[in-house]
Amino acid sequence: MALDKNQIAKRIAKEVQNNYYVNLGIGIPTLVANYVREDISVEFQSENGVLGMGPFPFEGEEDADIINAGKQTITTLPGASFFDSAFSFGMIRSQKVDLTILGAMEVAENGDIANWKIPGKMVKGMGGAMDLVASAENIIVAMMHVNKAGESKILKRCTLPLTGVGCVKKVVTELAVLEVTPKGFRLLERAPGVSVEHIIASTEAELIIDGEIPEMVID
Amino acid sequence: MINKKVNNVHEALQGIEDGMTIMLGGFGLSGIPENSIAELVNKNVHDLTCISNNAGVDDFGLGLLLQKKQIKKMISSYVGENAEFERQMLSGELDVELTPQGTLAEKCRAAQAGIPAFYTPAGYGTEVAEGKESREYNGKMHILEEAFKADFSIIKAWKGDEAGNLIFKGTARNFNAPMAGAATITIAEVEELVAPGMLDPNQIHIPGIMVQRIFQGEKFEKRIEQRTVRKK
Repeated sequence: MALDKNQIAKRIAKEVQNNYYVNLGIGIPTLVANYVREDISVEFQSENGVLGMGPFPFEGEEDADIINAGKQTITTLPGASFFDSAFSFGMIRSQKVDLTILGAMEVAENGDIANWKIPGKMVKGMGGAMDLVASAENIIVAMMHVNKAGESKILKRCTLPLTGVGCVKKVVTELAVLEVTPKGFRLLERAPGVSVEHIIASTEAELIIDGEIPEMVID
Repeated sequence: MINKKVNNVHEALQGIEDGMTIMLGGFGLSGIPENSIAELVNKNVHDLTCISNNAGVDDFGLGLLLQKKQIKKMISSYVGENAEFERQMLSGELDVELTPQGTLAEKCRAAQAGIPAFYTPAGYGTEVAEGKESREYNGKMHILEEAFKADFSIIKAWKGDEAGNLIFKGTARNFNAPMAGAATITIAEVEELVAPGMLDPNQIHIPGIMVQRIFQGEKFEKRIEQRTVRKK
């Protein structure tokens, strides 16, 4: 069975380690915060200027001055701090943020990522994604393996305008966990009940497959 | 004490003319100088180049200026929430320079800090890097980006005093802080304007030297773009 969005988020949450500062992108990445183990210390950064983001506020307690990068109203946790946008990207560029999780339209086997523009159709802008992918050491992409037409978004080369080059380390989709290596995508795990053959058929890029591929463990 | 207080938004925005380049603080609708934006609509100035992370929504924020076609060019990082913006951009009526958000912030800070240009890794290998110098530092490629040059910077703070000192609240600090003093004239609109001495100097986020005009906004709607809550 292919994973749903919450299950993708659950799988990615296992990559979050103790004492990590983590930046979560809009969409599936935002859901990751719901599934991080409670016995570890993690602070979530939002690039519009907050560290120590908490859950959504209770009804009636929302504050127009306290939002995340998705413009959603949020709360802060003990130990939180606010700062300006220049300072925020300073801590991103100087690699104080340990893990960046973001969405993508396409990822290529050389680690390139495209997620901001479909020429002539959709131009919403890159927001902070270009700064994040150019600076972060540890980038995990949460995305759907195939588009609505069933075409692979895991490619030999990106076809859309790039957001960053050679930067993605790991990809988690509804079908698989892939690692980007100097030789291309390595298949690490498959979704429960999804065959290796199905993943190969759903992937335009070549996959490196060593031995038995374990199923993802989704609690 | 050098007094920066002006009486109202009309006085604050004097000198803004057609064709000027204006920085506007805020992220989404959070921390936008909403009284000043309303006054820009009243002034009916045209052909503006606006430097702002976002372009508001269709009926609030910079969306109001877009509706009246007062903006010639937008320099932003993300414009996704505005249908009229997208229409004008795709039809070619509006010139748009999309800039990575961290680069946008740093181009403001560089202007504020008197740095003409800087190298950043953001955008290397993408269309953002086209026509820009690139250079390797510490084994990684970077591109050269220049500080903004703007006629006016219009920002919004929570509290301010007549000396122009500013304090922001929450994530409404965003681009308001790095835009302070980043243009020839900086205008600050505040929710609460107090007499000098009423703010603790230890708590000031932006010193008054960066601000030329300060006024208390008449009313703040402070609209929320994405109201997300949980049940008690």
